Amino acid sequence: MKSLWIKLIFILILLGVAIWIDLPNGFNNVGIKKQPKIIKGLDLVGGVHIAYEADMKDVVVENRDAAMSSLVNVIDKRINSLGVAEPIIQSRKYGDKYGIIVELPGVKDINQAIKMIGKTALLEFKEMTEKGEWQKTNLTGRDLQKADVSSNQQTGEPVVSLKFNNEGAKKFGEITKKNLQKPLAIFLDNEMISAPTVQAEISTGEAIIEGQFSIEDAKNLSIQLNAGALPVPIKIAEQRNVGATLGNDSIQKSLLAGAIGLFLVIIFMIFLYRLPGLIASLALAFYGILIFAIFKISSITPWGITLTLAGLAGFILSVGMAVDANILIFERAKEEYREGKNIFDSYLIGFDRAWSSIRDSNSSSIITGLILFWFGTGSIRGFALVLIIGVIISMFTAITVSRTLLLLITKSRLIKYKFLFALNRKKVNK
Amino acid sequence: MILINKKWIWFSLSGILIIASILMLFFWKLNLGLDFKGGSLVEIEFIKTKDIKINEINKILNEFKIESFQVQKSGDNSVFIKAKSISKDQLESIEKQMEERIGDLNEKKYENVGPTVSKDLAQKAYWSLALASIFIILYIAYAFRKVPKPANSFAFGVCAVIALVHDAIILLGFFVFLGKYYGVEIDSLFITAVLTVIGYSVHDTIVIFDRIRENLIKYSENSFDKNIIDSLYQTLDRSITTSFTVIIVLAALLVFGGESIKWFVVALFVGTIIGTYSSIFVASQLLSVWHNKIIKNSNVS
Repeated sequence: MKSLWIKLIFILILLGVAIWIDLPNGFNNVGIKKQPKIIKGLDLVGGVHIAYEADMKDVVVENRDAAMSSLVNVIDKRINSLGVAEPIIQSRKYGDKYGIIVELPGVKDINQAIKMIGKTALLEFKEMTEKGEWQKTNLTGRDLQKADVSSNQQTGEPVVSLKFNNEGAKKFGEITKKNLQKPLAIFLDNEMISAPTVQAEISTGEAIIEGQFSIEDAKNLSIQLNAGALPVPIKIAEQRNVGATLGNDSIQKSLLAGAIGLFLVIIFMIFLYRLPGLIASLALAFYGILIFAIFKISSITPWGITLTLAGLAGFILSVGMAVDANILIFERAKEEYREGKNIFDSYLIGFDRAWSSIRDSNSSSIITGLILFWFGTGSIRGFALVLIIGVIISMFTAITVSRTLLLLITKSRLIKYKFLFALNRKKVNK
Repeated sequence: MILINKKWIWFSLSGILIIASILMLFFWKLNLGLDFKGGSLVEIEFIKTKDIKINEINKILNEFKIESFQVQKSGDNSVFIKAKSISKDQLESIEKQMEERIGDLNEKKYENVGPTVSKDLAQKAYWSLALASIFIILYIAYAFRKVPKPANSFAFGVCAVIALVHDAIILLGFFVFLGKYYGVEIDSLFITAVLTVIGYSVHDTIVIFDRIRENLIKYSENSFDKNIIDSLYQTLDRSITTSFTVIIVLAALLVFGGESIKWFVVALFVGTIIGTYSSIFVASQLLSVWHNKIIKNSNVS
């Protein structure tokens, strides 16, 4: 009995914290810079989703993973320079192909964004073979330390000056030595920009690109080169623009529908089980408040959970399972009462007996969820994540809220009013 | 409710549904949407014009040499354009033409999916499903390891997964039918729906199996079949109540929810019914068939 009261206090504290987090201005003034809030997926707020395919044919197999992570870094830098809030940039691998997913929520003018992301700024230095063809050298934009705008000292035309890192400087030295008095071409995105003749071996690691640039061009080029050239060329494999109104409309309607559905479930549960039905409804409300708090608080951690339509599906399923846990307990208690136990024992034993089915069925859901999360893509992962969290929390609410409240009530004076429990000893006909 | 023990009626019903579904899948095929086939989808809303000239749109698309396109009206002043591929640059010029020749417009949706991405989505879904099935069998075999001999805990796992596959196939069959007659397309959200149904089906099956396990231990003097039938009766109230609550929520979503999730909810709705049915009439009944086979075999040897 005493332990039940302790549990109740624990539940109330947890509820208080969860409500505090859920409140619109909750969880502020705690010294954390980031504001917690529900992160909504593109299908809910609108925005653009782009999947890029990376062209890896020029990268040796061992270096591909490294190339991908630096690709993500470069794209991340470029998007940040555009000031997009909460972009999602993920690399992914399918079969032997590599790709990048970029999601920009709520962006209106996306063309600019897409252009900036897609600029490969693939800088290459090519030497001439004896047959007179351009041939790649091992020096590329990856060896760059810094690019700047300056002007040609004789003509005053804007040029882009390059400074290589140590390794790049070494490579550049070797290339200029090898190609003395021969042309060395500078290619950007497979287009030749200039092909000056090497006058001397350059070991300082500095070079200049002259290409009859306007100042604007030279500036853009240097920004791109500084933000980092994309280590591998990419192309758009998939693009989706989701209108914000469509997203808004569907979330508003679906949320309202969900609320109506839950309300009907509560009426049904109270009608069917009376007081225990009310407790199940309270447990369900507690469950909803807790899940909402977890979603909200996750946004200030590195593991922010994004809510999508698929995630809502996972949520519906987990609500079904949370309600089912209560139904299992109540039905079991009914049976125990029919066999002659008193009300308190009926619920105590009903809970114990129902527990193995709650545990086993939910465990299998968690296992399925984990596998889907591990191997799935995009929306499937969102579904799985919400399902896993939902099922764990639903088991927790079944153990704590439903059980504690039920046992406290069956120990109280309310027990005198038998009709509150909808229990009877009539044998059912088979 | 005497029908519960007439397992051959239910096996025939399930058999017919599965064969019909497989035949439909084979001959009619799923009406795959953009997510799986790849292609482009554009939704354009005309702001002032009520009278949209589909012919004019067709003409413009032809002028831009768009391959295998389809223009559909949606609502009063919107059109859907589906095509093999429309790049963003192309779309911009097309929209310019439409503004000039038809009227001011607003691009509500633009999707362009390449074939690699779509192939990947389906493949990953298959693999994760296959893997999940194996783990469900292993988990149930482990969780039910205490069932008294000669019952076999492995059989519990396999029967649960057979019921799961049963549900998935019938749901797919149902959507082939909807695709054929109502033009419903399969998108990635549908995969989520199938996964949800599968999750529900296994959950529901395990709850009944749990009671069978308990009765097998408690009433070991009773025959296996009797224990199964008793368990089904004892859990029937719960099965009906739980599926009813889920259906209430889904019905609300169907009636009041947004258009974008309509078919998704329909899939869940149908799946919940099939999942509840299969736990009672397929998974549990298969268990008794399997068990009788074991006894027969052990008698022979």
